[in-house]
Amino acid sequence: MSNPQQLRYSKEHEWLSTAEDGVATVGITEFAANALGDVVYAQLPAVGDTVSAGESCGELESTKSVSDLYSPVSGEIVESNQDVVDDPSLVNSAPFEGGWLFKVRVAEEPADLLSADEYDAFSSGN
Amino acid sequence: MSNVPRHTALDATHRALGATMTDFAGWDMPLRYASERDEHNAVRTRAGLFDLSHMGEITVTGPQAVDALDYALVGNIGTIGLGRARYTMICQEDGGIVDDLIVYRLGETEYMVVANAGNAQIVLDAITERAAGFDAVVRDDRDAYALIAVQGPESPGILKSVTDADLDGLKYYAGLPGTVAGVPALIARTGYTGEDGFELFVAPADAEKLWQALTEAGKDAGLVPAGLSCRDTLRLEAGMPLYGHELTTALTPFDAGLGRVVKFEKEGDFVGRAALEAAAERAESAPPRKLVGLIAEGRRVPRAGFPVVAGGEVIGGVTSGAPSPTLGRPIAMAYVDAAHAAPGASGVGVDIRGTHEPYEVVALPFYKRQK
Repeated sequence: MSNPQQLRYSKEHEWLSTAEDGVATVGITEFAANALGDVVYAQLPAVGDTVSAGESCGELESTKSVSDLYSPVSGEIVESNQDVVDDPSLVNSAPFEGGWLFKVRVAEEPADLLSADEYDAFSSGN
Repeated sequence: MSNVPRHTALDATHRALGATMTDFAGWDMPLRYASERDEHNAVRTRAGLFDLSHMGEITVTGPQAVDALDYALVGNIGTIGLGRARYTMICQEDGGIVDDLIVYRLGETEYMVVANAGNAQIVLDAITERAAGFDAVVRDDRDAYALIAVQGPESPGILKSVTDADLDGLKYYAGLPGTVAGVPALIARTGYTGEDGFELFVAPADAEKLWQALTEAGKDAGLVPAGLSCRDTLRLEAGMPLYGHELTTALTPFDAGLGRVVKFEKEGDFVGRAALEAAAERAESAPPRKLVGLIAEGRRVPRAGFPVVAGGEVIGGVTSGAPSPTLGRPIAMAYVDAAHAAPGASGVGVDIRGTHEPYEVVALPFYKRQK
């Protein structure tokens, strides 16, 4: 699998797009989606929610387990992906595209986000 | 026992197929190859190919093999016809379930007992001990067999294309020796999916050849390799119990709603008889809890161990839960107080991480195939 170069990554296996007008898109990586198995239920943060980097802001449920969803950055939610709520399998079929989870107005980002190459190394060592 | 997982004869095949592997009862087994939901749906509508080589085979032979098994197990082994199979259980002296089993009668005085992987050693030890006073030999055949299952509506057609065995004459819960794709096999019409299907017991050295032949034979019919993840959702939809979840040593077959497997009418004593007679009476007059099905009204998935609630009180516990691909909603099996066990009982929910999610009580199974 290949992790897009233009994205940055958290050690919780989320990806983060480059902010446009201060708003970045967040999803989980293909590595994470494969590890979860078929996602059957997504509870996403609501518009207006304040999220903190590294803290749980929702959950993703798969056939075998439930996992907390973390925000890679702190900020305010401006949009959540209703398509994923309606069809959670998008997280598996297109984790970097149609399976994005939410958009956040970035207030603060942690210093330890990874580049694609760094995340490749991090996730292959798992 | 070491902590190093055991590998089946098909290990390299699973890895070549890109399977996600998981530890199951000390075995490294395929959990899924791609999407477990697609694998589940393939078995319901077409066919799936499973490696079940972790299951534990125990062979009992000799003039008194049948008597030894009638004493060791709760079923009436003496009534199993040649070439037929029976679902049964082995219980403790106190009636607690040690394991659920399938017993195949392979010959006039030869039986094969198939135990769950996690219980195989315990079952082997128990049968060996219980058979000691009989003219019978108990043999550990776990390493003698690989087990490959073909399950799903297309499975008879697929298997027919690679064997001359009389599959039309092979009824559900029957088994016959034959040759499949040039490989000697015990062909059994059994399974754990709620679909028509076959289980093929073969020498481990032949497993790879048989797997490839079935893969090729099933290609046009839509057969896919299928892992343990979908096996679990398939059996759950079919209302089939899983040892360690619905069945434990703390429960008798009567507590699990499976009292029909206990045959008091058979001749002679058997291990657990006295305790099971008392359990049967209790289940008749004052059942403590009953095994029911639950269907979610929402989308959050109940898991084993989650409390079942009604009116703010805990009235039971979930034993197995998963999103059901066939129903499109989460389902669970649960033991609940008899007062709340009737189908349609209102106000029942599951405590999912602190939130009481509404659930509908239904009779099992959730899914029954059209015959």
